[in-house]
Amino acid sequence: MANMNTENLIDLAAHIEARMPDAVRSTQIVVGELTVLAERDHILPLLRFLRDDQQCNFETLIDICGVDYPERNERFEVVYHLLSMRMNHRVRVRIRADEETAVASCVAIWPAANWFEREAFDMYGIQFADHPDLRRILTDYGFEGFPLRKDFPLTGHYEVRYDDLEKRVIYEPVKLVQEYRNFDFLSPWEGMTSEIPGDEKAGGGA
Amino acid sequence: MKKPAEARETMADTAHLSEEDDRKFTLNFGPQHPAAHGVLRMIMDLDGEVVTRIDSHIGLLHRGTEKLLEYKTYLQGLPYFDRLDYCSPMNQEHAWCLAIEKMLGVEVPRRASLIRVMFSEIGRIMSHILNVTTQAMDCGALTPITWGFEEREKLCVFYERASGSRMHAAYFRPGGVHQDLPQRLIDDIAAWCEQFPAKMDRIEDLITENRIFKQRNVDIGVVDQRTIMDWGFSGVMVRGTGLAWDLRRSQPYECYSELDFKVPVGVHGDNYDRYVCRMEEMKESTKIIQQCIALMVKEGPGPVLLAGSKLSPPRRAEMKNSMEALIHHFKLYTEGFHVPAGECYAAIEAPKGEFGVYLVADGTNRPYRAKIRAPGYPHLQAMDHLSKGHMLADVSAILGSLDIVFGEVDR
Repeated sequence: MANMNTENLIDLAAHIEARMPDAVRSTQIVVGELTVLAERDHILPLLRFLRDDQQCNFETLIDICGVDYPERNERFEVVYHLLSMRMNHRVRVRIRADEETAVASCVAIWPAANWFEREAFDMYGIQFADHPDLRRILTDYGFEGFPLRKDFPLTGHYEVRYDDLEKRVIYEPVKLVQEYRNFDFLSPWEGMTSEIPGDEKAGGGA
Repeated sequence: MKKPAEARETMADTAHLSEEDDRKFTLNFGPQHPAAHGVLRMIMDLDGEVVTRIDSHIGLLHRGTEKLLEYKTYLQGLPYFDRLDYCSPMNQEHAWCLAIEKMLGVEVPRRASLIRVMFSEIGRIMSHILNVTTQAMDCGALTPITWGFEEREKLCVFYERASGSRMHAAYFRPGGVHQDLPQRLIDDIAAWCEQFPAKMDRIEDLITENRIFKQRNVDIGVVDQRTIMDWGFSGVMVRGTGLAWDLRRSQPYECYSELDFKVPVGVHGDNYDRYVCRMEEMKESTKIIQQCIALMVKEGPGPVLLAGSKLSPPRRAEMKNSMEALIHHFKLYTEGFHVPAGECYAAIEAPKGEFGVYLVADGTNRPYRAKIRAPGYPHLQAMDHLSKGHMLADVSAILGSLDIVFGEVDR
């Protein structure tokens, strides 16, 4: 994004780090985007600071989502995307979470967080403390499991169909006529990188 | 009204029990209701005809797009984006392509950029025509939709002539667009732009000053700046209030920075101002299309996909003679290209607001996580906030004005 030049972001990152030393673990700027890695226990003060501080002014909550890393100790990440229309810049805040410990809900800061947190709960089972209405949102009524976790199968566990004899929709365990074909096309020796050996001789390049 | 005890028992879901609560009842709206613009179920608490609470149940069109994306290569994932906001399919593809390109650090060729912007604006007009005319229909006007859809269908034909499909185009590709446009198509789009403003005027004659339309929309669903910030609004929902916030202008992507267009803003932030904004935006989009065509004509033909990169397939003729080209073609369509590990967020100004893709890549040929930020999601969430205190009949007018499409809300 043209006008969010890196220099401003470096200043902003330093400002956030200086003002919220407890909450910020580290900051990084990659592909012109500022990411704040934060402590889960300090997420609320940090988000409130980001919204109210004159230099940050991140008044709009763009998105909250979960990411699953099953091999990690705390397997989830909760990612907040914030936007400041006034200052015309964005920030991303990432915290770690796991299945048991709840993340503080930021519905009190942005009412918009309500559905985003419900979605993260629905998809990953991330708990949000003090959320006014932590129900499932996108999945079916009575759905079990957390579909976006990496250990949840793509096909799911149940399929539905209308049964003409019973005159209603019934749920059955998934029956696949053909095994789901999850081909692994990754080359064992080298992946297709953006540059193949020998390309540099051609000069110019892409 | 006195009801027998038994009848009350059976109506427990819809009627409250105490005498003074006789005015209060709960109404189930949808999921199959024409004014729901898709599959939305709302549980509405009413006091007489005044709405006191709305609980929206969404997810009836949930197809697990984000899960599917994790199991597909980057290229295979692209067509899923057509199926999000199916009123303006190419705009969503654009966000996906921009995210991938940002990670790869590639620039698309100039002509591809112009084609993309042109079709993004065509998508915007398609979406706005649909929204404006169906909103008029929600308010009782039946004619605008027939006039609007005549124009919309012509745009669908342009989609088809470019991509082979009038809706699910899969035309934008990481690194450019799939194929170049024939000159005749470009000429036809230019000719369409000439006649469109007159058609717009006809529709405007019908509804802009229409008494019923105004009664149903002026001062209904008023959004103020506080609401915008609290509820994560974007797009026309913001501009209707008077904030000139448009990603095409404030965080320009592609070649928007060199194009000349205005950002229409409203004053009151009500349904009516949003309608006027959308109408004006369509006129601006027409101008953008014309500018793109002028630039394309001026700059002449050129590549539309990154030539000689690992993102684009080799030319068919080349494959007949070159072993490497054949291997590359095979590997591109089986393994696909790799995206370096990292994360990025790419957003576009979709017709409905800020449509963003948060992409987490792990260096393989598939996304590790792709989160789709749909503008309709926070807008619909605010339904309860916006409708509180309004009459029951206003609910469908507000819903129409929010411009909700369930493809993107439910994903």
